[in-house]
Amino acid sequence: MSRTLRFAPYNVGRWLVWGLTAILFAILPLVFTKGFAITLLSQMGIMIVFALSYNMIFGQGGMLSFGHAVYSGLGAFFAIHAMNWVGDGLVWIPISLIPLVGGVFGAVFGVIFGYVTTKKSGVPFAMITLGIGEMVFAAVLMFPGFFGGEGGISTDRVVGEPFLGISYGPAVQVYYLIAVWCFVSMLAMFAFSRTPLGRISNAVRDNPERAEFIGYNTQRVRFLVVVASAFFAGIAGGLSAINFEIVTAENVSALRSGGVLLATFIGGAMFFFGPVLGAVIFIYFAVALSEFTDAWQFYLGVFFVLTVMYAPGGVASLILMNLRVARFGLFNRLWTPYAKVLAASAVLLAGVIMVVEMSYHLTLGMSMSDTVSVFGIDLDARGAMAWIAAALILAAGGWLFSLTRRHFMDAWGGVQTMIEDRIKREQGA
Amino acid sequence: MAEHESTAMPPVSGATALKLTDVRKHFGKTEIIRGVTLDVRKGERHAIIGPNGAGKSTLFNLISGRFPVTAGRIELDGRDITGLAPFEINRRGLSRSFQITNIFHRLSVYENIRCATLYALGYRYSFWHRLSKLADAAERTEHILQRIGLQHRRDALAGLLTYAEQRALEIGITIASGAEVILLDEPTAGMSRSESDHAVELIMRVTEGKTLVMVEHDMSVVFGLAHRISVVVYGQVIATDVPASIKSNRAVQEAYLGTTFADA
Repeated sequence: MSRTLRFAPYNVGRWLVWGLTAILFAILPLVFTKGFAITLLSQMGIMIVFALSYNMIFGQGGMLSFGHAVYSGLGAFFAIHAMNWVGDGLVWIPISLIPLVGGVFGAVFGVIFGYVTTKKSGVPFAMITLGIGEMVFAAVLMFPGFFGGEGGISTDRVVGEPFLGISYGPAVQVYYLIAVWCFVSMLAMFAFSRTPLGRISNAVRDNPERAEFIGYNTQRVRFLVVVASAFFAGIAGGLSAINFEIVTAENVSALRSGGVLLATFIGGAMFFFGPVLGAVIFIYFAVALSEFTDAWQFYLGVFFVLTVMYAPGGVASLILMNLRVARFGLFNRLWTPYAKVLAASAVLLAGVIMVVEMSYHLTLGMSMSDTVSVFGIDLDARGAMAWIAAALILAAGGWLFSLTRRHFMDAWGGVQTMIEDRIKREQGA
Repeated sequence: MAEHESTAMPPVSGATALKLTDVRKHFGKTEIIRGVTLDVRKGERHAIIGPNGAGKSTLFNLISGRFPVTAGRIELDGRDITGLAPFEINRRGLSRSFQITNIFHRLSVYENIRCATLYALGYRYSFWHRLSKLADAAERTEHILQRIGLQHRRDALAGLLTYAEQRALEIGITIASGAEVILLDEPTAGMSRSESDHAVELIMRVTEGKTLVMVEHDMSVVFGLAHRISVVVYGQVIATDVPASIKSNRAVQEAYLGTTFADA
């Protein structure tokens, strides 16, 4: 049939994307060889698994959870204990398979907590996950025997004989372990989204009532999806146990649960690859940007708010919409407005950064000196000149932005209308 | 729609597909359904008519399990389905549509239909089958798309369809499981004359050989389509008969003060 013909190129494209992803994972540490870069990449890999697992329930299943770190964190605790048992010679598990221990225990807690949470949907579901998150966090601190109290549980991942020279001592070996697990988990979660259960979870997200009238127990669907998602969250937890060699109460905290929600939303919950982008951006903010500024969380927050307000489909939807414009050959209409609005945004951003950095410098008073370095320029945070300059740049940026924004929105809207007209004409023909 | 079509007697076997016995429903202190008894035969096209607020849609909600009944008994093919959840009733072969379009708006037309075929084809909650490899689901989905005339819109998001297209999709989802008993709640609501004629044709086509129960306001649709009609007034069935007899029924005429069926 023509159907198979029509879908063939699409599948080739899919193979290509997965192949390129695998190659990218393999060569990244050859390009970025610095220790810090490897650390960054490893954490991105872990976060990708975590964010994709979150999106199974959030973007795909329509369940807003405030307690997803419970599954990754508890998975991590069991994984790190497993590593210590291996070290003590109590059990024999290759370190390469430790993430699976995290995954299994993640799923076990998915069964236990998911049974409770998925009795409800919508806002009650969100509230229950919040409550369970707090409960587990408290319980972790209450049982220091197993969870190690404030200090958490630490381990040494270099146990047993090196296998084929792999001891997991060097960070790059850990990176490759994470990369392999990340790639396999991505594939598995993608495949899940193409199964009957995965698709029905989309249907339950869109319209739970109708799903009941096509034969599905929506509570059962939500439960199964939460368990599957908790399994992959547990794998992320197991990977983090290997990577950091320590697991603390922070791993199950609301901070982590909020972080994965932030990352997923920024990336774009409506697209499978959205959380991948979100995880990369989030880790960049949390690990790389935090090296430069204490205000990284402020910037992340601003970025999140702007995403929610102006690009609710996340970075993924921005990319796809621009690709669509390019495919219809209309990008030439947007170059100028884009250049203008981006230049104005840069000025505005520079002003914001100056104000934020100087404010942080004054209020936190981490260093004795009054000078703060922004973009390599030393500013006197107590001097009037720097503040006047910042205010002027901020005002100019704001003014320029308001001017160019309107122009850009008009051009953008016009292009979108043209594209939709063309699509309509094609379908009509 | 020519009226004489319905005067031919239905190919009914005499067996009962759906049976309601003294079904009652209270909302708080108000009794909305006040003892409905109804027999729908296998293969019959049965219309439920009545003034606004008579309880027609509530009756559908009780049959399909959306609301629990307060008292009474509902049987599907001789088996008691009273008090079952909607998905359990659906699995026993009763499928319904909604008066207000109730579709999966962020899925494509194709996915909307395919989702509705999955449970009945035995894939249930499977996460070990690949959707793209399910030949039977694909085949049935194609068949339904063709019957409801939406093949050319297969990849469109359901939420972006026109109203008439969404109504057709609503019917497509309803019949996709292959249920033997189909309940349609005002399938032509909000349609123009020509759209409505088109919809009636569609309903005739897709429910061929099945048992159809429908709530309908448009009298020309009802008299053109139904083998038998039940008139619900104030939570009770005041008459069940073939269209010709319903027209001349005094009680029905009184219930429809100011409306004459001759107009329809």
